[in-house]
Amino acid sequence: MRLGLPLGILLLWLGMAMFGPLLDLQPDHIELSRILASPGSDAWLGYDDLGRPLWDRLVVGARTSFFVALWVVVISALMGTAIGTAGAYVGGAWDHVIVRIIDIFLAFPGILLAIAMAGLMGPGVDNVIIALSTVGRVGFARLARAQVLSIKQRLHIEAAVAMGVRHARIVIRHVLPLTLAPLIVEASFAVAGVVIAEAGLSFLGLGVQPPAASWGSIIRDGTRYMLVAPHMVLAPGIILMLVVLAVNLLGDHLRDWVDVRTRRVL
Amino acid sequence: MLNFILSRLLSAAVVVIGVSSLVFFLIHLVPGDPVEVMLGESAQPADRAALRHALGLDQPVPVQLFNYFNGLLHFDLGTSLHSQRPIAEVMLERMPATLELAVAALLIAVVIAFPLGALSAVRKDTALDHGARVISLLGISIPHFWLGPLLILIFSLWLGWLPVSGREGFASLVLPALTLGTALAAILSRMVRATLLETLNEDYIRTARAKGLGEYTVVLHHALRNALLPVITVLGLQLGALLGGAIVTEMVFSWPGLGQLTIEAIHRRDYPVVQACILLISVTYVLVNTLTDLAYVWLDPRVRLHEDR
Repeated sequence: MRLGLPLGILLLWLGMAMFGPLLDLQPDHIELSRILASPGSDAWLGYDDLGRPLWDRLVVGARTSFFVALWVVVISALMGTAIGTAGAYVGGAWDHVIVRIIDIFLAFPGILLAIAMAGLMGPGVDNVIIALSTVGRVGFARLARAQVLSIKQRLHIEAAVAMGVRHARIVIRHVLPLTLAPLIVEASFAVAGVVIAEAGLSFLGLGVQPPAASWGSIIRDGTRYMLVAPHMVLAPGIILMLVVLAVNLLGDHLRDWVDVRTRRVL
Repeated sequence: MLNFILSRLLSAAVVVIGVSSLVFFLIHLVPGDPVEVMLGESAQPADRAALRHALGLDQPVPVQLFNYFNGLLHFDLGTSLHSQRPIAEVMLERMPATLELAVAALLIAVVIAFPLGALSAVRKDTALDHGARVISLLGISIPHFWLGPLLILIFSLWLGWLPVSGREGFASLVLPALTLGTALAAILSRMVRATLLETLNEDYIRTARAKGLGEYTVVLHHALRNALLPVITVLGLQLGALLGGAIVTEMVFSWPGLGQLTIEAIHRRDYPVVQACILLISVTYVLVNTLTDLAYVWLDPRVRLHEDR
């Protein structure tokens, strides 16, 4: 029951992102007489600084957000898991090198490396995805490595090795399935992180370029007109926060559910 | 003990060298020819050659790498393309503003987090606890680039209490520090609550209560002290998020620090400055984390005993 609200919010916006193009939206239509108009009968969230309907732009922004989030999480999860698994399973000097590389990437605080990469490669959605997945895969690599290190010691792996199963098969059939649960939990939190990071990069002018819309760039445009048109900052921010809050709450539940130790007896 | 310190310092040195190399190679991320991107397509060949030479890009990569590290050892970070001044000088000017902001945010976070987390733990599962947890969840989910404008809207534009932006006096520090400190306060208060709940279950707390000590003394002098240690580690790790958040916060409030310098340099295509800023911020982060690790060993006698055995 407590899951209903966050799940509803997430599905609603995911639906907007997927089926937005089917709606009759005009995110680039300029209504010069309605510039910065407050929410009213003809556009329920009002208009932006160029006279474009804010609601339509927010729906298109959702598409940007989820598009980036999906790609970044999929790429980082696949690459990170591959790197971490390879390190832990092979072990030795190879693992040592991978741990060092992970350490070096973790030495860049927060979003800094993504800002630097996106800034140097130039703005655009592709570069945002590249920058955020370069940073994002490190977390997955570390998690996968820790998981595989402990799974490697288990008896069923020893048995498989003794039976002469090839290593590639052992990793795919006997190791990776056991790492899935924590990786999926990590991925769910990563979605929230990427949504914020994409909006942050776009806020700094390093993300999507006009006339494309992103929640972050709408907030940035809005900061210039806060006194006359606070709706331009308030609306995208509230939606962004609700989506992130929903994803984090769902992630919390997912983590408790996956972790049998905290799973409540039904 | 000495072994631990030495190995920790050594691994920090390896990471710093790795970070510096990575930053060196960042300029090769610029699509195509960085010199052309910086000067524009219409630049004269002579100007291009001059810039290429000034940046050292006309030399083989190993020589470039050697010159770069040689410069770093002498605190020579190169020259800004925009202002034609030594980058180290430009950064030294901006550093106090960022330090001031980070320290203020840290103070705000600690001042909010400890009472909130402790109250939450002591009054577990009451309305107060639920309220505190909802507030901290909100604090974690609000991005800096929205909380900042929101605070400006409420406290500067609507109420008119505080300046909108800039760095003039104490009043101008309040909103940026609050923006930057909120997320940290939220994370810390969750951490304080969790560790305090754990400590309150320990035997020595039962002993303290059995001795007839007041609840106030038990929580403040016996439990909270021991709950501090994991919180300090988290504080060190969260400093990274704090420094990253400072970049965005400085942009929101036109705060003249290193973060603003970084973003300005990106937009001006002043790549040497971008590199130097990224390098300084990440090396600071590595050093602080190393110090946190060492402080942890020094603060917790149990860790020390374990080492000596």
